[in-house]
Amino acid sequence: MSKFDKKTFSSFFNKLKNVKWKHYIAPIVIAIITIVCGEMSLTDNLKMTYQVMLEKMAIAMILAVSLSLVVGFLGELSLGHAGFMCVGMYMGGKVAAVMVQNAGYGNDNVFVFFLAVLAGGLAAAICGFIIGLPALRLRGDYLAIVTLAFCQIVKTIFINSSAETFGGAIGLWTPRMNRDYMFILAMGLLLITIIAVQNIIRSKHGRAITAIRDSEIAARATGVEVTKYKLLVFVVSSFFAGIAGVLYSYSNAGIVSSVKFDYNYSIEILVMVVLGGMGSINGSLIAAALITYINIELNKYLTGNLAVLQNIIYATILILFVIYNNAPALKDFRERTNPKRLLSKLKTRNKKESSDVRDDEAAWDRVPTKIHMDEILSLDLRIQSNEPEKKMPDDEEKQ
Amino acid sequence: MEYIINFINGLSLGGIYAMIALGYTIVYGIAKMLNFAHGDIIMAGGYTVVVTLGLLHQPIVAVLFAIIFCTVLGVCIEKVAYKPLRGSSPLAVLITAIGMSYLLQSLAQIIFGSAPKMVLDYLNLGVLGKGAFTISVSTIVTLSCTVVLMTALTLFIKYAKIGRAMVAVSEDKAAAKLMGININSIITITFAIGSAFAGLSVIFYFMLTPTMSPTFGAMPGIKAFTAAVIGGIGSIPGAIIGGVLLGVIECFSNMIPQLAPYTEAIEFGLLIIILLVKPSGILGKMKKEKV
Repeated sequence: MSKFDKKTFSSFFNKLKNVKWKHYIAPIVIAIITIVCGEMSLTDNLKMTYQVMLEKMAIAMILAVSLSLVVGFLGELSLGHAGFMCVGMYMGGKVAAVMVQNAGYGNDNVFVFFLAVLAGGLAAAICGFIIGLPALRLRGDYLAIVTLAFCQIVKTIFINSSAETFGGAIGLWTPRMNRDYMFILAMGLLLITIIAVQNIIRSKHGRAITAIRDSEIAARATGVEVTKYKLLVFVVSSFFAGIAGVLYSYSNAGIVSSVKFDYNYSIEILVMVVLGGMGSINGSLIAAALITYINIELNKYLTGNLAVLQNIIYATILILFVIYNNAPALKDFRERTNPKRLLSKLKTRNKKESSDVRDDEAAWDRVPTKIHMDEILSLDLRIQSNEPEKKMPDDEEKQ
Repeated sequence: MEYIINFINGLSLGGIYAMIALGYTIVYGIAKMLNFAHGDIIMAGGYTVVVTLGLLHQPIVAVLFAIIFCTVLGVCIEKVAYKPLRGSSPLAVLITAIGMSYLLQSLAQIIFGSAPKMVLDYLNLGVLGKGAFTISVSTIVTLSCTVVLMTALTLFIKYAKIGRAMVAVSEDKAAAKLMGININSIITITFAIGSAFAGLSVIFYFMLTPTMSPTFGAMPGIKAFTAAVIGGIGSIPGAIIGGVLLGVIECFSNMIPQLAPYTEAIEFGLLIIILLVKPSGILGKMKKEKV
């Protein structure tokens, strides 16, 4: 019995060793924060301002991660993310309001909450499907404009709706959730979002999506179903944006209206994704949390027209970042100041003085004097000297 | 009778859209980029008009100032934000353009405040006609100015040396360079022309709605872009057709009380339908992508 236990234990630990932990840093950190803050909140040790801040951060992070799927991985620009969020907010808020008002559920009923989340997410996903259909035929600038137009259409429709359906210009009444555990639910949904998006990206579907980003024609030529994947990305991304919308309706309970969800809000989400680094989920998470925090802090000091100062800062940072990262003229400068490169240089300098030997030179044992047709001239075989070779768990058990 | 007047109003509104759409279309045709900040250049022109009218009380001077300021601003934006990114991915250029638009809007809000400003009453030119058949003079002025300017631009592009160089650059950049055309200066000139048209369109827009706010440029900007895409982006007659179509649709939809709140939704819906049916727009040419 004990032998069996030992064996399963060791194989379990071997499996744990082989898990690429760096892939799970973000969910683990967020889970820890949630547990710690949740414990504090349930024992009345967490201030209300922090609870609200965590809610807002969770919403911003969900938005940033879902937009990063479209912008960073599919390589298309969507300016309608606020529109999807708006759809989710109204649909989820309406479902919750009906359940609370007509079916007699309590304000902070968790079942109603999840029903609302599902309804909002699905409604937004359907909109994403509808917008994704023209997206298949368009790219780049056109898609940006169509999504922008979609955002405007959604806003117009909801503002002009009648008072009974969605409250029209006044806004929609939505139930309020107890602040003590609202942020725990939001963080839980954030975890689901991160894990879902990460799993999509690390699966073969994710490879297909990034292949489309790098070259749509090449991807099509190698048999990637471009249409299917573009639709998939749009639907998934808008589903999570819809969830963020439902969270927003619960978090800003009372009266919610679509005034906030304009072009500028979409851009704010875009700033998070671009600052975090396109194609990096952890980056957009950090950027989203940071920007939300700075916004809350700045809002204490900047009031009225001065509040725009933060927009100026974001716009400037956005422009400078994109130019720094993409300008062809700055390529050399960029490579010189790349932090990863500087770090690795430091590492190798401490070990051996071979930093000036180029990678591919080491591969030659003789200098070729004649080059034949179709000859392989260079192979990019980098030896990972720092990491020992990994052994499969089965091999160790046999020994 | 009502329909005819509405149609003429629509034509004049369409003329304004066409004028703005031209800025989008020629920049897209030559620099292959979407200048998102175009709407905010209009906004900057609007504030120039407000300020100069307040100081000098001379409408014509104000118009000239607006055109000059917009042209300088357009060229500056191109030099600072877009030129360093020439040759990089379209997504990067698009994001910079959005950032630029965001920046201009926020700057205007901080300088002039977010409250709408009324434009002084110099631009009200009165009405023409009697009874049921009344058209405001500004409509006729707008319409005739649009026709003259469009003809002038078409002739300029067809016969002037710079205009032909612009066509050459939009057709094939590498070949144009071999023929001794300075591509950078052609792109700058394109931005200057587009921005000048934007500055001019401000005046006609003020004749319709004499209020000014930092987000003033966003709506006409987006609508003009819609017009440019409907007509086929990159084509000048396309921009005119798209603009006029959009203007007429807007006027007729505003006439029907049930549809009036949904005017924007109808216009953007039209854009989505056009892009679904004919992605290159009415007069646009579909380019095959090559590896």
